[in-house]
Amino acid sequence: MTALKIAIRHKPFARSDGELNAIENIEIEIAANEFVAVLGPSGCGKTTMLQIAAGLDDDYTGTVEYAAGLKDKMAYVFQSPTLLPWRTVRRNIELVFSNPQDHAGTIASLLESVGLAGSEDIYPQQLSMGMQRRASLARAFVLRPQLLLMDEPFVSLDETLADRLRNLLITMLADNPASVLFVTHDWREALSLADRLIFLSPGPARITGELAVTLSRKQRTNPADLQSFKDANARFFLSGEA
Amino acid sequence: MASHPISILGRISWMMTSVISLLVVWWGAAFVVQSRYLPSPQEVFSVLAIELASGELLFHVAMTLMRVAASFTVAMVIGSAIGIAMGKQVWADRLFDGWLMFFLNLPALVTIVLCFIWFGLTEVATVLAVAINKIPNVAVTLREGTRALDPVYDQLATAYRFSRWKALRHVLLPQLAPYFAAAARSGLALVWKIVLVVELLGRSNGVGFQIHLYFQLFDVAAILAYAISFIVVVQLIETFLLQPWQQSVVRWRA
Ligand SMILES: Nc1ncnc2c1ncn2[C@@H]1O[C@H](COP(=O)(O)OP(=O)(O)O)[C@@H](O)[C@H]1O
Ligand SMILES: [Mg+2]
Repeated sequence: MTALKIAIRHKPFARSDGELNAIENIEIEIAANEFVAVLGPSGCGKTTMLQIAAGLDDDYTGTVEYAAGLKDKMAYVFQSPTLLPWRTVRRNIELVFSNPQDHAGTIASLLESVGLAGSEDIYPQQLSMGMQRRASLARAFVLRPQLLLMDEPFVSLDETLADRLRNLLITMLADNPASVLFVTHDWREALSLADRLIFLSPGPARITGELAVTLSRKQRTNPADLQSFKDANARFFLSGEA
Repeated sequence: MASHPISILGRISWMMTSVISLLVVWWGAAFVVQSRYLPSPQEVFSVLAIELASGELLFHVAMTLMRVAASFTVAMVIGSAIGIAMGKQVWADRLFDGWLMFFLNLPALVTIVLCFIWFGLTEVATVLAVAINKIPNVAVTLREGTRALDPVYDQLATAYRFSRWKALRHVLLPQLAPYFAAAARSGLALVWKIVLVVELLGRSNGVGFQIHLYFQLFDVAAILAYAISFIVVVQLIETFLLQPWQQSVVRWRA
């Protein structure tokens, strides 16, 4: 069953030096509870694509279709943490609920899992970038989404913490299965998480290839296995990802 | 502005020193000049006490305050609506830009006189005349605030399906709150002075009317008594209402 179907023909941006086309014909279909990672170099149009997929940008030619009711179960992790600076961490997370008092326990335990226990009543500006990112992840996870769109959620975190949060994502998905569209420029991260990889060209973004990730849970945690999987499929990884 | 850290107690004692020194200078000048046109602080305060006891003072201050409140509210509501529209819509910005320039440069006196001519010597004309003087300032401030809105928060509201009310209450208004507070503070300072002029020209009560009355009697002590009592009232509103509000809307700025 298809959860999300994106078909973007054309995405123009008005620029002082004329019009820039950010996306050229991207079609992606995500099955229910499938984890799709989109891999592409910086500036190729990944954020733009994800915003269109989430309905945050209407100015494009093409279509985006969701399985019935799925859009109401969507969570989005922005590339920057995007916390409201006038609300504390806890009150930022409460805001995604219409009845936050019924979810106090969930909120507290999730803040605990992302390592923000004790920082609930602090304003975002007093937190490090890493802590803000964790708060923004907690805000997405707390909804128990069935559709999760993530825009490079683990960049600029140190590797240990990034690994911990990737594991948290895996655990959360095991408890609450969801269809995931995950955008990144890090092939290791993509291989360690996704069922399927989609490769984008430098802008304007086009799909250059698709690859099913046939690695076991255990292989995914082993850097050597990731590397050999990449080497075995080297022709996909041409566009120079780090 | 360089602000030196100072304790509340320190601030209060400096405030007292400042006020007392002003009273001393005034008292000294009155003592030297010895004229009934420059009464001493004691004379002014005894007039104040009499007017207060008779209820006259409270009545006129209340009338003026009501006009201030009404025009202030009208100006804030209309000015904000225009300012937000100008900040959001290019066509509104272009359309109203010329209007703003016209009304910002229109002398308060002209608005007042015209309102009285067109709408008669009525309360409506009073409120309207004062509001028209204030609306352009509010609009300019809120236009600036609207232009500073961060579109990323709209995306947040859309992605997480905030209702219209929730987005307004928790996303839009908090971003605009510092601008509302700034407009309100400068607004109060402007509005009450214009209200006095309007009362002088076309009302039969209020602090402005009383000052006009005592001007005709050349009763400087009474003029000063009314002026001082109104300054005190406005300063109280400023200190206990507007300042704490302004501080509360930016308290998250660490
Ligand atoms: N609001 C915008 N206005 C103009 N150009 C934009 C805008 N947003 C993105 N772009 C351009 O579109 C291209 C793709 O951007 P983006 O989707 O952010 O890339 P990525 O997320 O892959 O790094 C870039 O060339 C970028 O400069
Ligand atoms: Mg991006």
